[in-house]
Amino acid sequence: MAGEARVVAALGRRSVRQAFRRPQFLAPIIVFPTLFLAVNTGGAGRAVDLPQFPPVHGFLDFQLAGAMLQSTMLAGVSAAIALALDIQIGFVDRLVAAPIARASFVLGRLVATGVLGLISGLWFLTIGLIFGAHIAAGVAGFVVVLVLVTLNAIAWGTIGAALALNTGSPSVAQGVFPIVFVILFLSSAFFPEGLLLEPAKTIANWNPMSLIADGLRDPIISDLSLDKTLEGLAGIAIVASIGAILCARGVNKKLRSA
Amino acid sequence: MTTTGMAFELRSTWALIRRALNEIARVPAAVIPAVLAPTIFMCGLAAVFGSLTLLPGFTTDKYLTFILPVGFLQGAGFTGAATGVNLARDIELGWFDRLLASPAPRGVLLAGTVLSASMRVLMPITLLMVVGLSLGVSWPGLDGLVIAVLMASAFAATAACYGVILALKFKTQAAAPLMQAGMFVAVLFTTAYAPQELLTGWLQHVAKYNPVTQILEAVRQGFVGDVTWADTWPGLLALAGLAAVVVILAMRGLRRAGD
Repeated sequence: MAGEARVVAALGRRSVRQAFRRPQFLAPIIVFPTLFLAVNTGGAGRAVDLPQFPPVHGFLDFQLAGAMLQSTMLAGVSAAIALALDIQIGFVDRLVAAPIARASFVLGRLVATGVLGLISGLWFLTIGLIFGAHIAAGVAGFVVVLVLVTLNAIAWGTIGAALALNTGSPSVAQGVFPIVFVILFLSSAFFPEGLLLEPAKTIANWNPMSLIADGLRDPIISDLSLDKTLEGLAGIAIVASIGAILCARGVNKKLRSA
Repeated sequence: MTTTGMAFELRSTWALIRRALNEIARVPAAVIPAVLAPTIFMCGLAAVFGSLTLLPGFTTDKYLTFILPVGFLQGAGFTGAATGVNLARDIELGWFDRLLASPAPRGVLLAGTVLSASMRVLMPITLLMVVGLSLGVSWPGLDGLVIAVLMASAFAATAACYGVILALKFKTQAAAPLMQAGMFVAVLFTTAYAPQELLTGWLQHVAKYNPVTQILEAVRQGFVGDVTWADTWPGLLALAGLAAVVVILAMRGLRRAGD
């Protein structure tokens, strides 16, 4: 068990280093969500004057959850590209042939995605605080946000791993980037659900990403509420369940072909 | 220059453009996301921020109409960045060295590369127009549409020059995020989301001095009102200025690449 944990940790470390060495992997997790956060905040900041907008200290406070969601979802897609590249160059085949647990290469990747999610959470909360955002629920809220962001990154890591294992193609994984934005736009990630236009409003009501967005946002704009945190966890559980099922299918497919 | 020399240069330029356009048919999977992305952003941003038109001072009551021209420039910017990434790939594979060793002048190599971007951008903007009009975007008038398409095409060539500068500087596809981020900033740090008066904080100042704001306003004019010379010339001037700077820098990079 300890040996397997060491293997997973080593593979996780490799994946995190890979992300920091290649700007293509890090840019979607940090650079683009930060730029998008800046544009959304400056461009749509007057939205807080709309009568139906919920009471917030500032539009930046409201947008932070969306930026963290975008970052962690893209971390999942970046993980998919990296894993697909590992499959293409034969690295995964060598791991499958090695005397280690078969799922180690997936678990290592998930650990790395979780670490990148945590880094992303710390990054956005820090720049949020620097540029005037408030964490209404204080230190406890800060910790809850970090936990939710990390878990969301792992959940999207399972989706990314499933994508890589089932297609084995970095270009297909790359092509998923626009879909991430579709999923985000059709949720309450960037704007209150009540102010979205139809049909986005109706879809957002059913989109599990709205649960996660609201769960992440709650400690930033109001006092900590167990209901919202549990809703966020439920949303993450839905994504992780779908990812885990598809991932298990992908691992079996990979093992059969190895 | 002799007529034969001129004809050779035009043929060489056209050959490079055709090679770039061939990639669309050969690797459609690499092109589809770039074609779809501006339309996805247009529909997504309109659905998310559509209620902003309820704010007093907003210049249109349909956000989709306001945001569609942003898609034009976004499509142009990302097509230009993709041109830079493709050149970086050609440099990595050694294909570009062979072009440098060929008798084609440096200007032809640059023209062939960047003009392909101004043609490729017609795909995302056609999709944008079809989707936009079917969702109720106001018809910009023939003059408004011609100005919007020509300016988007020219902006794509300008963005491609920027991509070429970075590709020649870094010589690796790893520079792709820098090319895309540059275009992201250029296009969205403008009046993309709201009129100048409704922007907040730092963006209000940045958008005022960002030359792409003038280009965006010129592209947008037919969609939100009448086409006027007063709204057109600042865009043309900004585009010419930007193009002059990036062409000079790209030519300098090309001359150094051959040393």
